[in-house]
Amino acid sequence: MSNRPGGRRAKAMPKTLAEVRVEVVDCDLLIIGGGNAGCFVAVEAAKLNPGLKVVIMEKAEIMRSGACSAGMDAINTYIPEGKTPEDLVRWSRDQVGGGPLREDLALSNARELNESVDDLERWGLPILRDEDGKIHYRGKWDISIHGEQLKPIMAEKAIESGAEVYNRVAGTGLLMDAGPNGPRCVGAFGLHVRSGVFYVFRAKATVVSTGGAGTLYKSYTADSTDSGAQIWMCPYCVGSGYAMGFRQGAELSSLEQRWVATRTKDYCGPVDTISVGYKAPIINCKGEKVMSRYAHLGGDAAPRYIRANAPMEEWLAGRGPCYCDTRNMAPDKVQAMMTDYLNERPSFVLFLASRGQDVTKEPIEIYGSDPYILGGHTMGGFWVDLERMTTVPGLFAAGETAGGNPNKFVGGCAAEGKLAARGAIAYMKSAGSLPGPADPVFAAQVEAEKTRVFAPLLRGADYDGVTPREMKERLQRLMDEYAGGTSQFYRTNEERLDYALRHIAVLQDQFRYLKAADLHELMEAGETMDRVDVAEAVVHHLKARKETRWAGWQTRSDYPERDDTNFDCFVETRRDPETGVVTAFTRPYEQLVPGERLKA
Amino acid sequence: MPPRVNLHKCNGCAGLPESRCEEACPGDLMAVDEGTGKAFCRNTRDCWDCMSCTKACPAAAIETRIPYQLGYHKASLRPIMGKDRIIWKCVDINGQETSYEYRNRLKR
Ligand SMILES: Cc1cc2nc3c(=O)[nH]c(=O)nc-3n(C[C@H](O)[C@H](O)[C@H](O)COP(=O)(O)OP(=O)(O)OC[C@H]3O[C@@H](n4cnc5c(N)ncnc54)[C@H](O)[C@@H]3O)c2cc1C
Ligand code: SF4
Ligand code: SF4
Repeated sequence: MSNRPGGRRAKAMPKTLAEVRVEVVDCDLLIIGGGNAGCFVAVEAAKLNPGLKVVIMEKAEIMRSGACSAGMDAINTYIPEGKTPEDLVRWSRDQVGGGPLREDLALSNARELNESVDDLERWGLPILRDEDGKIHYRGKWDISIHGEQLKPIMAEKAIESGAEVYNRVAGTGLLMDAGPNGPRCVGAFGLHVRSGVFYVFRAKATVVSTGGAGTLYKSYTADSTDSGAQIWMCPYCVGSGYAMGFRQGAELSSLEQRWVATRTKDYCGPVDTISVGYKAPIINCKGEKVMSRYAHLGGDAAPRYIRANAPMEEWLAGRGPCYCDTRNMAPDKVQAMMTDYLNERPSFVLFLASRGQDVTKEPIEIYGSDPYILGGHTMGGFWVDLERMTTVPGLFAAGETAGGNPNKFVGGCAAEGKLAARGAIAYMKSAGSLPGPADPVFAAQVEAEKTRVFAPLLRGADYDGVTPREMKERLQRLMDEYAGGTSQFYRTNEERLDYALRHIAVLQDQFRYLKAADLHELMEAGETMDRVDVAEAVVHHLKARKETRWAGWQTRSDYPERDDTNFDCFVETRRDPETGVVTAFTRPYEQLVPGERLKA
Repeated sequence: MPPRVNLHKCNGCAGLPESRCEEACPGDLMAVDEGTGKAFCRNTRDCWDCMSCTKACPAAAIETRIPYQLGYHKASLRPIMGKDRIIWKCVDINGQETSYEYRNRLKR
């Protein structure tokens, strides 16, 4: 067991490919991304078989990484007494307007959920309780926590479980082998962003849990400010996990169901905390309650995408700005709300202070966030089977990275980590032997990936090329304006999507001009290529769903209605690993939990 | 959102294999300049304002600031990390001070 420090940045950098140091590490189970789900994979794997060698490849440092870096103020799903996993799935289905969603995945996750949250409390997470000792519910399914230490608590357990954590190693691609059922995943490559070592992890099974994809779209706060990454999602989870699998032919599901949320304006801070947790109503500039306009769809209990989109619709109709009306909150409630913020988004308290804002006198302004791909919130991610294996044998997914099953959040990502660990360990038994360094296919892959990853650095400081930042910002503008970003109130159409695809193809062709001055920029170059590849998939998904099912999350101006005849199904994409050509297709939806679905 | 390093307080975490702030940052943004021995944020535009570096600094040398384009001069928010509790001290642009204290761990 060890947590390998990232170390200080290296002064010397390789000048030629031959100077790049390569290290091969063998393990039974490789976890790419030691976040919320990844930590649970490690703990569960050790529980099932303490003899396994488990390695976590973590791009950041495991104590503060990913979505939970700053902490959390709630666990959004925990099944209350008297309710069943089926009830949770029914609620989750309602949140996505009746689906489609993967009810098989949702059910198995729900059955594992409470135990996983209980683990967190046993490990030291303060879960708030009412005077009667019962867990305090903030809403119907979400419970309040003081989760400032959530990430260190999970990380300590992962380390204690015996996993070897390689911090500051950013995964770049998958190591593949010819398997009996087509190509299979036998590990992954990673770049150590401090030392410049190129890692080759060989593993009997690999779980990818790199979180979601933020930063594909431009955030409106990025314009003319020092806040290019002032977004809701962790801006360092850029979709690399999706990109790695997609490039090797793993099927992606439902990326068109993007996550867009109502957030505080000018600082992408939490709104559910206020509107759900403290019952502060959402109002427009006229003081009208916005959700009463949606009474026929459930009002305050309308599906999540409707609530997310409602304030933006007010803006469009000329009734913005919108607010969370905090003016009637009692002082003790304000204190509790600020404490919640400090647990989750501490700098939002700083933001309010920098506006000199007393929220009992001035309501909190709200707006729509930039869109994210998040399989733990909405459904975009890998198509997985019940064991959480993707369509590439040997490659498993958990948390935001796994698709089809929305509303996982902290508890659900933890639960899915356990399920993926079980699936991966069962698979390992029949995985057979791994290709060795003497194997020419192995050597060729190592060389090819090393060449691809290090190229931007080796082009040299004087190279007249493109910085990773320039390309990232070009992509973000493109996605914002043509693929339904905030500036367009999330709307797009066929022609704009075709435009986006044409420019994405140019960007892909221009990868060969990327340059990096140091190892951090080299990591950024990899991230930018990953973003572009994921964005391509997103656009194909948006193109293929020729209807509007989840306005805001997915709005087609040219197909404004829901079309159940053709689109009550999943939209999927696959990229041919040889040609790079992306094809979109559908898969049927299967209802397992009874109940009326398409009410709204 | 840029972290600001107080150069008088920062000692570069001399003697440690990795400085606390560069260890903490989820975006690999903090580093120590070999010449000056002081920490810096390599790209403030990429900062998520998660305050992990601010919490981790043993010298309380880092302050998180809201960029002026979004918030006015000058408010501050300071975390003081205890074993199983945290105290936050906040001062707004009008000089109004508020502090918060709560338990962040059940046991240690
Ligand atoms: C600000 C915020 C507040 C939230 N509030 C709540 C809440 O109150 N309640 C709730 O239930 N949920 C909340 N959520 C949602 C919840 O945090 C997430 O759904 C969940 O934690 C995601 O878990 P994950 O393991 O999939 O991803 P993460 O925890 O983000 O883990 C991803 C990990 O992968 C690493 N990584 C990324 N790329 C690579 C790479 N190429 N190579 C190696 N490693 C890589 C990252 O550094 C990170 O450690 C919130 C999310 C955010 C962003
Ligand atoms: S943690 Fe504090 S003292 Fe150490 S290098 Fe960073 S700013 Fe300086
Ligand atoms: S606030 Fe967070 S993201 Fe910004 S430099 Fe500090 S640790 Fe990094």
